[in-house]
Amino acid sequence: MSPLARLVPCVLRYRRRFLLGLLCLVLTTAFSLLGPWVLRYAVDDLTAGVTRAKLAGHAAALLGLAVAGGGFRFLMRRILVGASRAIEYDLRNAFVAHLQKLPLAYYHATRTGDLMSRATNDLNAVRMMVGPAVMYMASTGLVFVVAVALMLSIDPVLTLAALACLPLVSVAVKLFGSAVYRRTERIQAQLSTLSAVVQEGLAGVRVVRAYCREGVEAERFGRENREYYARNARLIRIQALFYPSLGFILGLAGVLVLWLGARHVIEGRITVGQFVAFNAYLLMLSWPMIAFGFVTNLFQRGMAAWGRMCDVLDAPPAEAAPPDAAVAPSGVGGIEFRGLSFAYDGRPVLQRVSARVAPGRVLGVIGPTGSGKSTLLSLLPRLFDPPRGTVFIDGIDVLDLPLPMVRRRIAMVPQDPFLFSDTIAGNVSFGVEAAVAAEVKVAEALALARLDADLAAFPDGAGTRVGERGVTLSGGQKQRTALARAIAADARILLLDDALSAVDARTEADILANLRRVLRGRTTVVVSHRISTVRAADLILVLDGGRVVERGTHDELVARGGPYAGLHRKQLIEEALERG
Amino acid sequence: MIETDDEVLGKAYDARLMRRLLGYMRPYRARIGLAFLAILGLSLLQLAPPYLTKVAIDTNIAAGDVDGLTPLALLLLGVLAASYVLESVQTYTLQITGQRIIFDLRTQIHAHLQRLDVAFFDRNPVGRLMTRVTTDVDALNELFASGVVSVFRDVFMLAGIAVVLFVMDWRLAVVALSVLPLIAGVTQWFRRNARQSYREVRGWIARINAFLQENVTGMATVQLFRREARQYERFDAINRGCRDAHLASIFFYAVFYPAVEVLGALALAAIIWFGGAWTLQGSLELGSLVAFVLYSQRFFRPISDLSEKFNILQAAMASSERIFALLDTPVAVTDPAESRAVDSGARIAAVPGAGHIRFENVWFAYRGDQYVLEDVSFDVAPGRRVGVVGATGAGKTTVLNLLMRFYDVNRGRITIDGVDIRDLPLHDLRSRFGLVLQDVYLFSGTVADNIRLGNEAVIDDDVRAAARGVHADRFIASLPDGLETAVAERGATFSVGQRQLLSFARALASRPPVLLLDEATSSVDTDTERLIQDALHVLMSGRTTIAIAHRLSTVRDMDTILVFHKGRLREQGSHRQLLAERGLYHKLYQLQYRDQEIELAPAAS
Repeated sequence: MSPLARLVPCVLRYRRRFLLGLLCLVLTTAFSLLGPWVLRYAVDDLTAGVTRAKLAGHAAALLGLAVAGGGFRFLMRRILVGASRAIEYDLRNAFVAHLQKLPLAYYHATRTGDLMSRATNDLNAVRMMVGPAVMYMASTGLVFVVAVALMLSIDPVLTLAALACLPLVSVAVKLFGSAVYRRTERIQAQLSTLSAVVQEGLAGVRVVRAYCREGVEAERFGRENREYYARNARLIRIQALFYPSLGFILGLAGVLVLWLGARHVIEGRITVGQFVAFNAYLLMLSWPMIAFGFVTNLFQRGMAAWGRMCDVLDAPPAEAAPPDAAVAPSGVGGIEFRGLSFAYDGRPVLQRVSARVAPGRVLGVIGPTGSGKSTLLSLLPRLFDPPRGTVFIDGIDVLDLPLPMVRRRIAMVPQDPFLFSDTIAGNVSFGVEAAVAAEVKVAEALALARLDADLAAFPDGAGTRVGERGVTLSGGQKQRTALARAIAADARILLLDDALSAVDARTEADILANLRRVLRGRTTVVVSHRISTVRAADLILVLDGGRVVERGTHDELVARGGPYAGLHRKQLIEEALERG
Repeated sequence: MIETDDEVLGKAYDARLMRRLLGYMRPYRARIGLAFLAILGLSLLQLAPPYLTKVAIDTNIAAGDVDGLTPLALLLLGVLAASYVLESVQTYTLQITGQRIIFDLRTQIHAHLQRLDVAFFDRNPVGRLMTRVTTDVDALNELFASGVVSVFRDVFMLAGIAVVLFVMDWRLAVVALSVLPLIAGVTQWFRRNARQSYREVRGWIARINAFLQENVTGMATVQLFRREARQYERFDAINRGCRDAHLASIFFYAVFYPAVEVLGALALAAIIWFGGAWTLQGSLELGSLVAFVLYSQRFFRPISDLSEKFNILQAAMASSERIFALLDTPVAVTDPAESRAVDSGARIAAVPGAGHIRFENVWFAYRGDQYVLEDVSFDVAPGRRVGVVGATGAGKTTVLNLLMRFYDVNRGRITIDGVDIRDLPLHDLRSRFGLVLQDVYLFSGTVADNIRLGNEAVIDDDVRAAARGVHADRFIASLPDGLETAVAERGATFSVGQRQLLSFARALASRPPVLLLDEATSSVDTDTERLIQDALHVLMSGRTTIAIAHRLSTVRDMDTILVFHKGRLREQGSHRQLLAERGLYHKLYQLQYRDQEIELAPAAS
């Protein structure tokens, strides 16, 4: 579907408002065009001799027309601009709803700032197109047609003389317009270059300082800054010629009207009043001439922006539900990896990983950074889709489970937890579905995650806001909040991705012991680089380079004297070192 | 990026800020004066057309004088041509001056950023600083280019029209201008409300941005906890609030413009009523009445324009406030004042080949009194190699940061060749060091540029020699344009090992007396590893070296090893001595040894 075809229904939803708004537009234009007509009779009456009562009538008519015109102008603005705001609201909601459906891989490939810019700047350009641009377009078109018709009715020859200058306006707009556009583009491009130079110098500030590169940076910046200035100057030069030329051409029409029009008055072909009215209409024409270019620009920018928004709206959402979903409403939480190989960006991350975790059991995964631990975890809640026939929950291929169902069974604590700028309680209850008893759940989860002691030190306890406008949590506190959030979600399967790495070993041991006691019956997968975290697991996988290099219980693995045992020894020494 | 401080709306006019902004205009006094003359002339010229129309009606039409029309029309044409010239001059001069001022300001901001200390960059994300250099400066440009100036133009024009009206007929002028208080009242009403609703709209937009930022960044969390529907509801509420705030603000605009028009019509009606009566009496010429009508049409437009300028002014004030706050940020790490600087003779004597480094009871905290280094003292004789080891957070990297004066010590002092490093000019101090950091930062430009790093003294041969010296020549030769290959996207196309080698070449090319090394922890393949080890030996030969070592193999051959633990220097000595002590180093050594024994690398994170 073309972007335009896609936009039309969104606009047509408000067709009644648009029609009403356009009606107001026609009326307000009519009233404002009638003004000079009254003026004409007033002036003519004055030359011919008039009663005061008649004068009062003209004055009242002028005022009445302005009031009526103003009233409809008010309605027109409210209705049409209001409709554009309503459309903006609809589109923004649709945009966000679509963002929520996009798979995680999309976010890895797209910058946040880029998406935000589309939801704000681009959307605003689209709004300008469907609201103000439509309004200006209709209004200027109407004014032009009617004013020219009225002028023709006054004096056809004079009208043709005045309009003879108008093609010059078109020529000027066309001639300068594209040059202005090109130069503006070049300025924008240079602004990006300039920004990139600044960004690079700032991001690499340590190297810049260490190698005394400040001078080089200043010079590079100076060069781009000068070029930016030069490109702006080129635009200014052409603008300084262009914009006054519009006024000049319109003024030229005025000169012709004065020279020829006054002659016509003297010759008696038109009255002084008609002459004055003609001048007033000519003044009214100047705005449509200038507005035309401005409005075209709004449409161009609006369509380009809408195209960018469509790029996002056209991105395929994560598969919502497979065609014939094997639906099991709730499961017991058994997990199986069956010969799982997985590549990310063409790079193999996991190779032939197999493991089976019975419901309620604990699987530990340990290995160095980059060994594929986190990827293994992220395939369970389908943050990325695994190949078919490799990852199973309760015996069902995760690809056959509808996404909401997969995720309802799983609560995950990621490595670098993301907290919302909400209260701590709000963050912890993030995954709690029923509002009933949510408070109890939150309190329980906070206690289990050992956050209760920390909360006492915060101004509003669990009601304290986190983030920029509240307290800054330490890494450990963040991780424990995320843990509490996962506990409160009450899922059958709990995934901990190095979730307590910033928590000291003793607290971690406490928390894990608590979890084992309270969460008995929930299947748990614990990923860690610490032996102490996984030692109590029913099964431990040792991953290296995406492969399982060892498997067994803690005691078995230590006894075997392989990599795991080496790591174990190392960590014992580290603990000794920590004690100093 | 959401920056709370960017959403705060300042005052629309602040005398203090304005004075400072005007300071930037001072160098361009002459040009600005010229532009003002042009504006003044232009305002006068724009008064002419209605007046010439009056003359045409009163003189030519009344007398049936067709011949007199041609000179009149030519006069109008002359006015038009002069207007064109003045308008061009005015537009060009002012916009160019605006750009010049912006250029100066941007240069000043950038120069200041180049002088600010590293601690400042720890506190301020790059994105926010970028906004200062680009968006905020552009908001100011608007002020110079259009806002302020057209206000003057409008004011001149209004004053000019008022004067002409009074000269033509003072009675009718009083009538025409009698609506001015009403207009002032309406404008005041509009300004107050528009400002208030603008503030509200900005607040909602900030909320929308914050929501988007947070939810896009945390989309994985939203999806994992199936919060899509509820987050959508929240967004809908914000979005609706934003829409309603907009709708409310439309009301003020929708009322204001028609209201000014109606008041204009009121003036027009009054002119017709009173002026018409006077014309009938014969105390007013018809042409003057027509001129009044034409002037009144020109009179009210600038007034509604004036309110539009208000937003520009407001945005510019907010931006300039932020820019000045940045420019006023003091530079914490500075060159020594002249009086403190050592005399140049001593400095030159200290330069060649030396590099004697001493830490004397150094204390340092990045924040408050959380000391990262506590009472650290050690001495590195010229040409010696020192390895620094310790667990993460022991304070190893801080040693390098202080030596480079990225930060200044809190207590104690650091000397190089007997001179306190705070007494040396920064450039002088830093050019003695070759710093190799863990993660290599590559700049855009060519590979050669990245080795030379802007140092003019490094000629092409030096670049080649440096590349060869650290064994980077082989992989560079395999690049499409060799040394002249452009570095794409911060060197994303290079492997970790290749980037390491490039940073070695960079250090070697600058021929520093002292080498500072923060050894990379990332694992590389064994071939590259061998190249790197070889290159390191080349680099260290004949140089005072302080190396933060993560690999035992690097430390082993060092003359001295410093063992840091929790901010304190706990042990120092040679490998052999330290092992014999069976202290911290011994434990670390065991750790490393085990690590080499088993295949599994340590998980560093």
